[in-house]
Amino acid sequence: MDSTLSLFPLGWQHYLLGGLFIGAGVALLFVFTGLVGGMSSVFSSTWSYLLRQPYFQQARYTGSRGWRLVYAAGLVLGALLWWLGFSDGTPLTTEVPVWALLVGGFLVGYGARLGNGCTSGHGICGLGSLQWPSLLAVLTFMATAFITANLAAGWMV
Amino acid sequence: MSSAPKMTLGQFLAVLAGGALFGFGLALSTMVRPEVVLSFLRFQDFGLILVMGGAVVVTLLAYLLLPRLLGQPLLGGYFHQHVAHWNRDTLVGSALFGVGWGLCGVCPGPAIAGLGTGNWSLLWALAGIALGALVQGLRAKA
Repeated sequence: MDSTLSLFPLGWQHYLLGGLFIGAGVALLFVFTGLVGGMSSVFSSTWSYLLRQPYFQQARYTGSRGWRLVYAAGLVLGALLWWLGFSDGTPLTTEVPVWALLVGGFLVGYGARLGNGCTSGHGICGLGSLQWPSLLAVLTFMATAFITANLAAGWMV
Repeated sequence: MSSAPKMTLGQFLAVLAGGALFGFGLALSTMVRPEVVLSFLRFQDFGLILVMGGAVVVTLLAYLLLPRLLGQPLLGGYFHQHVAHWNRDTLVGSALFGVGWGLCGVCPGPAIAGLGTGNWSLLWALAGIALGALVQGLRAKA
């Protein structure tokens, strides 16, 4: 019990239940439409509406940009339902400084698109498809994230 | 569906509902809070393992069983497959992704979903991700 407490100081049930909901969302998308729902592609596919460069005009982006935007809208809607129905209604905030959100976000966007996947694309859909390149991708980003987060802990706040 | 950008109403609703379950899960599991993600990356709270594990198990069962049980998706089309390749781009991209994630505690799903919880600071992360994806695409050879 003590070790459980120290591994999960805020409890563990909401983590597992939340994860099952995430999996259910990916499964629902798949059973109805056959689509594989990673999240980072929407950032490239949406640029295809504005930019004529050949990279953005690839069929994998122009052919998926519609449903990917709807999927992203669903993401906001689902979080909104949680906020309205299951939280105390106070807007969430973060203490992470703006520069870290912006610079970190830039690397997240650049890296996820270069590496063709993020925590959901490689982490959930890739591992769920038993793709070993995705496992290597997950191990790679976990390793650099552990190092960065612990180094940054000293001078962040 | 990838060749036909126009969606039927049924497909629209299925995609929206799938996204909503995903977003609800991200909020319920507090993955929309960068502080919780960072506390995992600093070995203070291992909840993220349960989130990912729970999501992967359900996804694995769906991807494994549904194509065997059904000939095609309920609304038509075909069952797509996630195909990943291991090459230099995947290695470098994933490494950079991890550096960014470790810096801000925000990845693409929570950056989007977090807006539904009124956390407007995440717009900075969202802008960063969109810019990163833009620069990657402009630098890439199609």
